[in-house]
Parts: sequence; C-alpha cells; structure tokens
Amino acid sequence: MSETVDVSKGLPAHPERATLEGKNKFVGFWVFLSGEVTMFATFFGTYLGLRNGTAGGPEAADLFHMPLVFIMTMILLTSSLTSVIAITAMKKNQFKKMKLWMWITFFLGVAFLGFEIYEFVEYVHYGLGFSTSAFASSFYSLVGLHGAHVVFGLGWVLLLLIRYNRAGITLTNAPKFYMFSLYWHFIDVVWVFIFTVVYLMGIGGG
Amino acid sequence: MADHLSEPFEKSAMTNEEKVKTEREMRIQFIAFAFMIALTFLAFIAVGAEVAPPGFVISFIIFLAFIQLFLQLYYFMHLKDKDHGWANTFMVSGLVLSIPTIVALILIIGVVKY
Repeated sequence: MSETVDVSKGLPAHPERATLEGKNKFVGFWVFLSGEVTMFATFFGTYLGLRNGTAGGPEAADLFHMPLVFIMTMILLTSSLTSVIAITAMKKNQFKKMKLWMWITFFLGVAFLGFEIYEFVEYVHYGLGFSTSAFASSFYSLVGLHGAHVVFGLGWVLLLLIRYNRAGITLTNAPKFYMFSLYWHFIDVVWVFIFTVVYLMGIGGG
Repeated sequence: MADHLSEPFEKSAMTNEEKVKTEREMRIQFIAFAFMIALTFLAFIAVGAEVAPPGFVISFIIFLAFIQLFLQLYYFMHLKDKDHGWANTFMVSGLVLSIPTIVALILIIGVVKY
C-alpha cells in the first residue's frame, strides 16, 4: 500500500491522500456527505411544510432574535475559516500551527453549542416544548439534528487532538484531520441554510 | 516503508511551486471568507430593514445562501480542484436529489396535508 508513497523528501504535499487508505477515506467521506445532504433535505422539507402549524403556541416571529442568530452564524463561519488555516498548516508539515488552529476551531464550536443550548432553554421557558405544536417539533428536530452534528464534530476533533497531541503529522493521522475539516465545513453549510430558511424567514414573515 | 505511516516528518516535500500555489490558495480562501461574511451581513440587513416585500426578501436571502453554499463547497472544501471529480459527482447528486425531496415534503405535509 505505501510502496507508492515517496517519503524520502519529507511529508507529501497532500498528506491526506498520499496513501490508498487516505484516498479511500476521501471518496468514502464524500459519499457520506452527499447522503447527509439528502437527510438534511428531508428535515428541511418537513420544517417548511409544518412551520405554520403553531397550534396556538408561540410562533417563529415571537421567538427568534436576530442578534443571537447573527452571533452564532459569525462564530460558526469563523470556525470554518480556522479549520481551513489548520489544514493548510497540515499540508506544510507545521504541526504546532495545525494543533493551535484546530483547538481554536474546537473552542469556537463549543461557544456555538453553548449559545444553541441557551437558545433552546429560552424557548422552552417561553412555552415552546418539543410537542407543543408541529412547528415546535419540526424546529427542534431540524436545529437539534444540526446541534447533534456539532456535538459529534467536537467529540471527534477533541479525540484526534488528544490522541495525536505529540505524534506530529503522519500519513495515518493526516486523512483523519482532513476528513474532520470537511465535516466541519459541511456543518457550516447546513447552518447557512438553517439561519436563512428557519430564522430569517421566520422573522421576515413569509 | 510501512513504518513511515505513523512517523512524523522532519520537513515538507513541497516544492517551491507547490508552496506558491498553497499561498495563493490561502489568499483566495481569505477572500472567499470575506465574501461569506459580507453575504451574511447582507442577508440579515435585508430582513432587518423591512423595506422590501417579504416574497422578494425571501427569494433574495435564499439566493445568497446558495452563493455561500457554492463558496464553502468549491473554495473551503476544494471541490473546484481538478482531482475532485468523484467528490463533485456525489455532492451534486446529493444536492439534485434534495430538491424534489424538499418540494415533495412541502407539498405533501404543508399544502395537501395528508
């Protein structure tokens, strides 16, 4: 497998796809992401179909606050950029720099998650339980599914950072960090559609 | 050879040409990020200003979201690169499939209400 990798000059320029295993993970991960796109589409479709079914409970326009959503969006967008910087450092064999930016990505993700939990708690206090209305259920399912993806991503990068804390960049761990960054960008893409379709459309009437 | 799989490297094998390319790529990604921030601002302002009719604002912000989708996929996730043929195939299939999925769900549970 590794016979075809030339490691005599140092870390290959694309360490994430230098080995057959890395190449396979790369293709496989894109298959997974396309499946995720379709799965999120079903949740978006359900939300769009049910968003006016408030059954006398709180409505989108009463609940959503633009400043909070704006801050969350900025945090997640920035964390997408920091993981890009980390991956560029990885390609250049700058392990410390990669670790630093991955940790920044991690803490931005934690901040995002904190805001989301705060938001959900606020909504429950406001009277929007999971089964209050069709709108409530589909809202919590869609945004909660995205939040669950963030939780998974945070656990993933935390494990990688702890396990490879002193390993340096190798042909084994480079694909793993790279796949995490793809996953993180994907989460960001989903959030772009959530803040547009759920929050902005909820505030803007429609 | 197999031992190299879990060993770190002293240096990078990047040629000067590849280094220049990486630097340029990084610059483009920073520009893409600036665009994403600007598009986000624009979307929030479009809704917050409440000057245009809701129908127009909604189509406008969805259009902005699709530009952001493009920037993320093609610049941050490197789909624009030449060696991403299969990745493009899968991602585009997923996106194409999701359109009838969303439309069908809106029609069935939102409009017809079966």
